[in-house]
Amino acid sequence: MDRVPLERKVLSENDRIAADLRARFLEHGVLCLNLISSPGSGKTSLLERTLEALPRQDRVAVLTGDIQTENDANRLKRFHFPVKQITTGGTCHLDARMIERHLADWRLQDLDLLFVENVGNLVCPSSYDLGEAAKIVVLSVTEGEDKPLKYPSIFFKSDLLVLNKIDLLPYVPFDINAAAENARKVHPGMEIVKVSSLTGAGLHEWITWLEAKRKAHKSLVETAS
Amino acid sequence: MHEMGIASSVLEAVKTEMQRYPESYPCKVGLRIGEMSAFDPDALRFCFEAMIRDTDWAALELAIEFCPRRHHCHACDHEFIVRDYDFRCPQCANFAINCVSGDQLELAYLEVEEYGPGTVGAKSTQ
Ligand SMILES: Nc1nc2c(ncn2[C@@H]2O[C@H](COP(=O)(O)OP(=O)(O)OP(=O)(O)O)[C@@H](O)[C@H]2O)c(=O)[nH]1
Ligand SMILES: [Mg+2]
Ligand SMILES: [Zn+2]
Repeated sequence: MDRVPLERKVLSENDRIAADLRARFLEHGVLCLNLISSPGSGKTSLLERTLEALPRQDRVAVLTGDIQTENDANRLKRFHFPVKQITTGGTCHLDARMIERHLADWRLQDLDLLFVENVGNLVCPSSYDLGEAAKIVVLSVTEGEDKPLKYPSIFFKSDLLVLNKIDLLPYVPFDINAAAENARKVHPGMEIVKVSSLTGAGLHEWITWLEAKRKAHKSLVETAS
Repeated sequence: MHEMGIASSVLEAVKTEMQRYPESYPCKVGLRIGEMSAFDPDALRFCFEAMIRDTDWAALELAIEFCPRRHHCHACDHEFIVRDYDFRCPQCANFAINCVSGDQLELAYLEVEEYGPGTVGAKSTQ
């Protein structure tokens, strides 16, 4: 009997493509953000409000993933930025190859900001690096404040927690401070913004975070080139 | 649920590695799964066993090492296992947020055995 060391990641092929994407994003100065949440927490709604708030001349694009339908892409196309739907046909997450394939006919040098809306799922997307600069997790107030403790991986790996649907707080027994505390238990110091993608409340906090991220990324790109 | 995809990636890796050992068969593959990796060891084992059933590798064993979350303390250079999200260093009580282990999904090793004359399913060697 012989034991041979393997010592490599199981998802090494995905990670290789993701690293390649990340290098290309950096080369062309594209900030890529990967939005992750349970089905229906409000990823598309948040993007709708965001695209609405961004100036028309901003070089922004969206890739949106779902198992079936073009619904989310159709909702987002109204804002006149380039939008493409990725239908996975059953797969519960996006992987780096899907991103690579769907970016093929866009010129990265024409973009500054790329949003990726992942398939609604709080577990699987956390394992697949898409070459993004940051993951963002969206949690809505109807889901329970214990979710960060039940699904620690995604809260641990995300830079920002967007607590969405705060307009519903008067109607649900959701302890928003406990939710924030739980998120910071899993991910000490995690940044949190509280928004309603319906009423627009708190949205400026999210836009402020986004603009700071864009600025930081820009100086990173400049030092890299 | 993506444990099926992971199980098939593991088998793919074993297949590739086994090309280097044409006179042998794989008996055990070692995997490391971190506490924060979002993978369920039991679900993975279930998928893995379903995939090898009724194949030449039906006896291939999956050995999973579960890796707890470990943090490193900058203040005193101590490394410790995090329990109940308590990030205070047990040695110096400093708040240590530098995670050094716990989100891995890695292939660690493969154990191979040479086909003997009496091995079931042995390939004929000229
Ligand atoms: N009250 C309220 N409803 C919201 C808010 N944001 C989203 N919704 C509603 O929640 C539902 C789901 O929102 P989506 O934006 O489609 O959620 P999603 O995360 O993109 O969903 P999937 O892509 O299917 O995973 C829709 O009916 C939205 O109108 C909010 O801030 N407040
Ligand atoms: Mg959506
Ligand atoms: Zn210490």
